Formats: sequence, C-alpha cells, structure tokens
Amino acid sequence: MKRLEVLKTYKIYIGGKFPRSESGRFYKVLNKAKEPIANVCLSSRKDLRNAVQAARKAQGSWQERTAFNRGQVLYRIAEMLEGRRAQFVEELMLENYTKKEAQTEVDNSIDRIVYYAGWCDKFNQVASSVNPVSSSHFNFSSYEPMGVIGILAVQSSGLLGLVSMLMPVIAGGNSSVIIASEDKPLCAVTLAEVLNSSDVPGGVVNILTGSIAELWSPLSSHMDVNGISIDAVNEHVSDVQLASVDNLKRVRIYSNDFSLIKEQGIQFITDFQELKTTWHPIEKIGGASSSY
Amino acid sequence: MIDKYGFHEVPSSPSIDKVGVEERVSRFQSRSIKTTAKMQGLKMVLSMIDLTTLEGKDTPGKVRQMCFKAAHLHDGHPDLPTVAAVCVYPSMVGIAKSIVGAYGIKVASVSTAFPSGQAPLDVKLADTKYAVDHGADEIDMVISRGKFLAGDHAFVFDEIAAIKEVCGTARLKVILETGELITLDNVRRASDIAIYAGADFIKTSTGKIQPAATLQVTYTMLQSIRDYYDATGKMVGMKPAGGISNSKLALHNLVMVKEVLGEAWLTNQWFRFGASSLANDVLMQIIKTESGVYQSADYFTLD
Repeated sequence: MKRLEVLKTYKIYIGGKFPRSESGRFYKVLNKAKEPIANVCLSSRKDLRNAVQAARKAQGSWQERTAFNRGQVLYRIAEMLEGRRAQFVEELMLENYTKKEAQTEVDNSIDRIVYYAGWCDKFNQVASSVNPVSSSHFNFSSYEPMGVIGILAVQSSGLLGLVSMLMPVIAGGNSSVIIASEDKPLCAVTLAEVLNSSDVPGGVVNILTGSIAELWSPLSSHMDVNGISIDAVNEHVSDVQLASVDNLKRVRIYSNDFSLIKEQGIQFITDFQELKTTWHPIEKIGGASSSY
Repeated sequence: MIDKYGFHEVPSSPSIDKVGVEERVSRFQSRSIKTTAKMQGLKMVLSMIDLTTLEGKDTPGKVRQMCFKAAHLHDGHPDLPTVAAVCVYPSMVGIAKSIVGAYGIKVASVSTAFPSGQAPLDVKLADTKYAVDHGADEIDMVISRGKFLAGDHAFVFDEIAAIKEVCGTARLKVILETGELITLDNVRRASDIAIYAGADFIKTSTGKIQPAATLQVTYTMLQSIRDYYDATGKMVGMKPAGGISNSKLALHNLVMVKEVLGEAWLTNQWFRFGASSLANDVLMQIIKTESGVYQSADYFTLD
C-alpha cells in the first residue's frame, strides 16, 4: 500500500506567535507538476487586523532600541538564515527554482540582510543634515521611523524580494506587516521561524500568507498603517495608491527584481522615514562665526 | 425570609459550580454579533460607561479633560450618546459636577478609603458625606475584604448599611474587589450581603487588582441579582469594572446580562461598565463598522 504523505501546514506569524488563520481556511501550494507541496493559511482580514495591532504594539520599543542594537539583531537574522540555508534552498526548489537559482537567491538574501544590518547605526548620520538658516538657530534635520509599514511582497520571488523589502523597513525602526507571495509562500513562513529564533522582538515583523486580491484592500485602507511597500508589477498598485489616500499613507513602488546590486541602498531605508527638523536657539555674540 | 422588623434576611448562599460557570460563560463568548445589532450594542455600551480616572496623580486639569470627553465622545460623529457617568475621587467631585452636570451626565465618586477600605468607619462615613455634599450622584464604596475573609460577615453588612444611610438620595455601588475574594463562593456570598444590606449596584472591582471583571465573576454576581429579584421583586444594578477594554468583551457582557437578567437591565440605570480605555475602542469599532476601514488610535482623543 502506498504511504499517505503528510503535508506540512505552514502557519502565519503574528506578534511573535504562529497561529493558524482565525478563519480556519487554507490553500494548497502546487509545484510545476501541479502536485500539492504544502498547506498554507489563507489569511482573512481579521488576521490582518490582528497583525497590524501586534505591529503597532511592538513598534515603540523597537524604535527606542539603540540603532547599534538593531544592527546586531539584523545581523543575527543573517546568521540564523545561514544556518538553515539548506531548508531554504529545498523550499525554493519545490517552488520551481533550479538548484543553482535557489542557492543564488539564498546567498543574495543573506548578503542583503548583512548589508542593511550595517546601515542601522549609520544611515541617520549620512542622511541627516545641519541646515544653514538666517537666524540665531542651530537647525538640523534627522530621520525618525514612520511606524507600521505594510509590505506586499514581490510575487515572483520566494525569498529575496521579501527580504529586500523588509530589511530596510525594520532597519529604520519601523514594524511591519507582510503579505507573502501567493504562489511562493514557503520561504516567508520559514523566514518567520528564523526571525522567531533570532532576537527580533515579537510583533516587529508579522507575516501573513493568502490571497493578495483579498488582503490588499484592508491593508492599504487601514488607518493605523503608515506606509506601503509594493512592487511595480503587482496588479493592485493603483488600487493600493487610491486606498492609501485616507490617512495619507506613503506608498513606495519598487522594481520586482531585487537581484541587482542597485536594488539596495540607503534610500530604501529613508523611504519609510519622516524627516524631523529642529530649531535650537543659540546665542550669537558679536557676529562670531561659529556659535554652537 | 422577612424578619420581625420587616427586613429581608440574608439567605444562605448557594455554592457555585465553577466548572458549570465556565461552561456557561464560554457560550456567551461564542456569539457572533453583526451589523445593525452590533451597532446598537456598541452605542448601548457607550451609554453605559462610567468614564473613570482614579489615580494618585489626578489633577483638576486631568479631570476637566476627562469630563469634556465624557460629553463629547467623538464630535466628528453626530448621534452618539454620552457616557453614563464620570467616576472620580471625592476631592474631584466638585470640579467634575460643575462640568458634566449640564449634560445630564452623573458624577460617581469612590469613597470609604478607596481602594483598600482600610480605615475606621467614621472616616469612611466622613469620606462618603464629603462626596455627597459636593454633588456626587453615585457613591462607589469598597467592602472590608479583610473582615469578610476573616469571616466577620456581619461587620461587612453593617458597614454597607451605615454608608447607605449617609448616601441619602445618591445611589450606592458596592465594590466587592473580587480579585481579593479568591473563590466564586466568596463572590456570591459577598454579593448577597451587599444586596441585602441595601446596595443599589454591585460592582466587581476597584481596577487596582488583577484579575478584575472576568466574565465568570460577573456571571456569579448577576445570578445573585437574579435570585434577589425573584425573591423580592426588586432590581439591583451591576457594574463590572477593570479589564474591560475592548468592545467585543463589552458586547459579551451585554449578551450575558440579557440572558441572565433580561432586557429590563439593559439600560444605564441598571448596568454600567467601569472603564477608562473602553470608550475609545468602542468609538473605533463604530467608525469602522460604518466606514468599513480599520481605525487608528491616532485619530481619537487621548484618554
């Protein structure tokens, strides 16, 4: 008699926990041969609501961590991912990557995490400015995180797209709610397991799987989400922009191919930062040139 | 039983089946309340809130701000009810009354050495009288839990009766502080004592002790009110307080009240929520139900 195979049910990641969808729904992910490879949660709008709540709760203390500490935490993610690279490669191959493609994707993802780990305690020095003003003020601008950022992950990529959109967001002190690729969600859930076993506080990253068509609307209309990261190929780009108007969410639209080296940089971090300018009164004695 | 002076004697209290209570309560929690019923429920919850600030750091400014909120829950949305009352310390009653009096919102004052209740009777009476004299419409007293747990139930009964006398026309809510009573049997006994001693309302908690208003405790107290009503035909009010911070839990409470006591209790004359952050959550739910869009605390006033 043929053995009946047990398919793993991939669970979602909310507030540092791994619940199933509150709706109890799931869908089957198929490989190229149309064979089922896993059961994956079909998240509902209530799961999304819970995820945003968890993200909001976690954001304050994540922002208050020192930038240096955030860098350490991101680096730890890279370490943990490295330790489980075999599993990621295997899952990408289930999702129709060749072995070589899968290995490159995982390598690039790890490198990208290390890249943004390095930026954590540096981007603000590089991007901030001291501004010349014509009054007795020391005037400077520096960056602060926006809050909760929604990420509609690249559909065509199993891991790199997700990582490349997520890392700059949390490097800058935001928390995030991710909707994983619908057809390639396995690595997203495994990444959640990696995040959970590294030092990322619960709620800073929340990962949902399911139907983009169902979830883009409650995410982009949610009044407690401050920004949306999406790729240009996503069919809901203009819908998302329209729904984001109510609370003036910042929508950033990226290329869907993050494999190029130019698809990383400090601008991806400052995309989800608010610039705060401070006017600090100074004493100006006798026209002295430097008074602070 | 009616004694020779014409008073109802406190009957012996039935023992509480904890497993049975949990079973019953879990059924209230599985109800799904949608659309129009939900909207009605949410507005009802708003109208039943005792908006509360009971902190050592309360200032006249803080109390004024809360009173303003009590009267203007969310001016962006017309047709919302106001809350039922504001609940403050005796020293703040005068300030609160001067603001909310004009809106028909009641002023409730805690008294009797809230929250511990560890003071002599004359101090508690003076505390209560001060609040009533400054215009409190309702008095929230605490029982002496130490005496109760030591078995001196008569002391507790007499104390409540004495405070009730000082209250005059002000309605008396008796706080059992169920988190300190340990068992549901004790909660039931304390409820019976409070009701027979003259409480107009029984209230779960001060909000200073956890656990506070769990559904199990509230259910036990509602049963006590039910039995008293069946025996005497008199209604007593119920006020769960502490730990009810979201609309869903509040709606489950309403379901429970309706099914244990009946519709007559579904007004702020007979049922209240003691809460500080519940109002904002209900408001966000109301706006969400109308707009279909999940809301953010950024767009509602701070508590």
